Amino acid sequence: MDSVMLRPWHYLTRYVDGFLLCGILLLMAIGLITLFSATDANGARVTSQAINMLVALGIMWLVANIPLEHIMRIAVPLYAAGLFLLLCVALFGEINNGARRWLNLGVTRIQPSELMKIAVPLMMAWYFDKHEATLRLRDYGVATLLLLAPVLLILRQPDLGTALLIASSGFYVLFFSGLSWRIMASVTVAVGASLPVLWSMMHDYQRKRVMTLLDPTQDALGAGYHTIQSTIAIGSGGVLGKGWQQGTQTHLAFLPERSTDFIFAVFSEEFGLIGNLLLLLLYLAIIARGMVIAANAPTQFTRLIAASITLTFFTYIFVNMGMVIGILPVVGVPLPLISYGGTSMVTMLLGFGILMSIQTHPKLVKT
Amino acid sequence: MNHRIELRSYSRELHNFRLRLAISAGFMLLLFLLLFARFFYLQVSQREHYHTLAEANRISIAPIVPNRGLIFDRNGVVLAHNYSAYTLEIVPSKIKNLERLINELTTVVEISARDRKRFKKLMEENRRFESLPIRTRLSDVEVARFAANRYRFPGVEIKARPFRQYPKGELASHVVGYIGRINDKDLERLEADSELANYRGSQHMGKIGIEQSYERELHGITGVEEMETDAAGRAIRVISRTPPSAGKNLKLSLDSKLQEVAEKAFGDRRGALVAIEPATGDVLAFVSRPGFDPNLFVDGIDAESWDLLNNSIDRPLNNRALRGLYPPGSTFKPFMALAGLELKKRWPGSAISDPGYFSLPGSSHRFRDWKAGGHGLVDLHKSLVISCDTYYYSLAHDLGIDNIYNFTGQFGLGKKTGIDIEGEVSGLLPSQAWKMKRHNQKWFGGDTISVGIGQGYNLATPLQLAFATAVLAGNGTAFRPHLVKQVLDSNNRVVREFGRSPLYRLKLDPANLKAVHNALVDVTRPGGTAAVAGAGAAYAFAGKTGTAQVVGVKQGEKYEESKLHERHRDHALFVSYAPAENPKIALSVLVENGGHGGAAAAPIARVVMDYYLLGKVPQEAAAQPVDQVDEEDEEHEQDGEDGHG
Repeated sequence: MDSVMLRPWHYLTRYVDGFLLCGILLLMAIGLITLFSATDANGARVTSQAINMLVALGIMWLVANIPLEHIMRIAVPLYAAGLFLLLCVALFGEINNGARRWLNLGVTRIQPSELMKIAVPLMMAWYFDKHEATLRLRDYGVATLLLLAPVLLILRQPDLGTALLIASSGFYVLFFSGLSWRIMASVTVAVGASLPVLWSMMHDYQRKRVMTLLDPTQDALGAGYHTIQSTIAIGSGGVLGKGWQQGTQTHLAFLPERSTDFIFAVFSEEFGLIGNLLLLLLYLAIIARGMVIAANAPTQFTRLIAASITLTFFTYIFVNMGMVIGILPVVGVPLPLISYGGTSMVTMLLGFGILMSIQTHPKLVKT
Repeated sequence: MNHRIELRSYSRELHNFRLRLAISAGFMLLLFLLLFARFFYLQVSQREHYHTLAEANRISIAPIVPNRGLIFDRNGVVLAHNYSAYTLEIVPSKIKNLERLINELTTVVEISARDRKRFKKLMEENRRFESLPIRTRLSDVEVARFAANRYRFPGVEIKARPFRQYPKGELASHVVGYIGRINDKDLERLEADSELANYRGSQHMGKIGIEQSYERELHGITGVEEMETDAAGRAIRVISRTPPSAGKNLKLSLDSKLQEVAEKAFGDRRGALVAIEPATGDVLAFVSRPGFDPNLFVDGIDAESWDLLNNSIDRPLNNRALRGLYPPGSTFKPFMALAGLELKKRWPGSAISDPGYFSLPGSSHRFRDWKAGGHGLVDLHKSLVISCDTYYYSLAHDLGIDNIYNFTGQFGLGKKTGIDIEGEVSGLLPSQAWKMKRHNQKWFGGDTISVGIGQGYNLATPLQLAFATAVLAGNGTAFRPHLVKQVLDSNNRVVREFGRSPLYRLKLDPANLKAVHNALVDVTRPGGTAAVAGAGAAYAFAGKTGTAQVVGVKQGEKYEESKLHERHRDHALFVSYAPAENPKIALSVLVENGGHGGAAAAPIARVVMDYYLLGKVPQEAAAQPVDQVDEEDEEHEQDGEDGHG
């Protein structure tokens, strides 16, 4: 009797990590509540975001149910397809706001760079898993090329935020696969030395962003406006915040992009330092869970992919919050699980699906 | 072999991996702490600062400009009022390419080259203003057309603004004055008077005349509206509102009909007329010809019209009644006569023998009378009626400069009258002390002689002459002349009233006054210097002619009007009051280069008197100058600069 009753539930939850799911759902709830306030109680926007979330949760569930061997198998074709599409974008992409990011497939428009956020770490983890036994310096070189190809293509679009996220997810794979400290140190020095060169290659809007980061008041009505207004929103929130739907910066429309990249400022204005602390702790819990999953992952591939996904998740949070509070440049990075938008939500939960799959499928420990 | 290596490698790799996980966990914690530290800094340490900034973002304080007070004449005729019209205004700070914007605007609303020029001038002069008008007085069609295209022009808006209008145009323009846009200089002054707050939102202020002098009353008190706004500056809701209080209305003492009659009486001639009610100090008419249209100045005058007014040889912007300095000439004689009587230097019955000149004892220099050969026996009465110079040369000598100074000074000569518009000049009544101070020279006996007939150093404004005449007509009771009779609140209740109590009363012997009055009435009767102008007057018309020299005539030369350039001819003067027994009006008339006082100035006074006392509206011809010089007309006083030898 009991087992019959529990069977569907069992099927539903067998490959789901309860801890992760709890954290995700809590954050999503916070996201919806904040979005409601950020959109001035726009029910349609909130509903559409809730649908995004449900779709993303469904995809997460599906991915969680796929055994890792299968996921590993699609790594190469996924990466190849993604790279091909990126090349297509570079050649035939639609130009929007001065950037070439979208590919019009006739039926729908897609943004291949979003796909690469998952495909790149998968590909690199696959590569390292494949050469696990005989890992040599050359392999790191190949992996780096696998990373650089899409990153450079995306930088060319130009989409600094996405390029940065993909580069960091790839770097995490390199790092956890055992890249020697010495090499990392010398690369860091080399990059530091090449910064001036990079500066000269940057687009004007990127330079402007860097410059306004150093002194946002320089261009208070232009490039610095976002940062100044979000800093005012956060600062004026104080310890306890102004209360839900009471943020003046938010409701008087001083905050730009307040439902997407700058939603954290809305949250912070209305819920204050206490709210921020709660949010950080929730994120931290999810990250901690990801770390545990990675630590216990059975194979090189799963370890690398779990660690990369977890640290990339952290990177999203840090870069987003950092730009909203004015310590990092304004690059288009959403706040995971809270910012409005379907694509990033799906990408994010795809990653969590993989984490769950790693955690819940029988571990075939190599001994 | 291979297998073993792999196993060893695996456990080592796992250990390495977990080590790196721990390192990155520490790293992430550190960065989260950094985030938290920044939150703490913003939300705890700097909270007050950002709170203030957020409030500033949120609340905008919008001034509500009060309606400017209206100006009426004494009978309620409107001289300045407001109407509402639409203006097209640009906020320059929000515009990147102004030139292009204006070009685009031209496709929607007509903008002339003149509008552009004016806007450019406004931009230079009004840097502190948010929005400046590019076009004023838009038609309904233009308003509708702009509204439909509004989305194309951020930073451009239509505003309903009150406009000042002077319905009577040129009439009394020197009295009413005008308002103009507040410029940087005005702002500095307002700041110095700590009045700037009350002018937030005000675009105009009085620049001259009543509009300037009564700016405080007319402007009113600016209201405040505290509004919650969004980032685009759009008002969301009103938080609090303090209503403005409208400016005070002003009822002038001026009679606009009388003013009109007086202005018309001048025709094309330049000059001034000031008429005062002796019993109150009410200024009934205040004319300075030519005038100007004050409406030109309200929106900022364009360069062309300005040049026309400013560079005209007739100097229409010059307020002659208030600021024009002229030798009073023989109009000074009634005051001299009274001084002689009051200081016991002359008696009505005593006469002198006039040989046609006066010489100081021990000097051969002759101060000549206007009539060669003299007038024979001249008593005080005759001296005024025929305007004998010799009588006053000798009287001046007998009185001495300081007595002249002290006595005539009591009638306001040489001092500002204190009229209620700004810019009055004080004229000049010379004295020993003045000459020492001004020219660092001793006073000579000869200086006194020409002062006796209102020449020499003597200078007065038409306003001063009118005031002195009013004091004389009022038997020594002086009221401060005032153009504003009453200050009224917006419901036309009287807030303040002027002319209720006299400034001072002079102690004068009624018999002496009577002697002077009688003589002055005879001036306009047959035998007097203004007999033509006075002919057939139905009231006792007291007056005194005067002629003020424009160019000096050397000793031994004769003044010949026909040989002189028109602008070098003498100024004609006339002071007058009527009815003499109980004067209701006292006035002074000046006609620049008019020649003889009796011929050019007195007829204007007659027209004004006739209208004021009898309600007689003059025919067009009545104002024309009397061309031929009558024999009884006063002659020019000849006194060279070398008058004392």
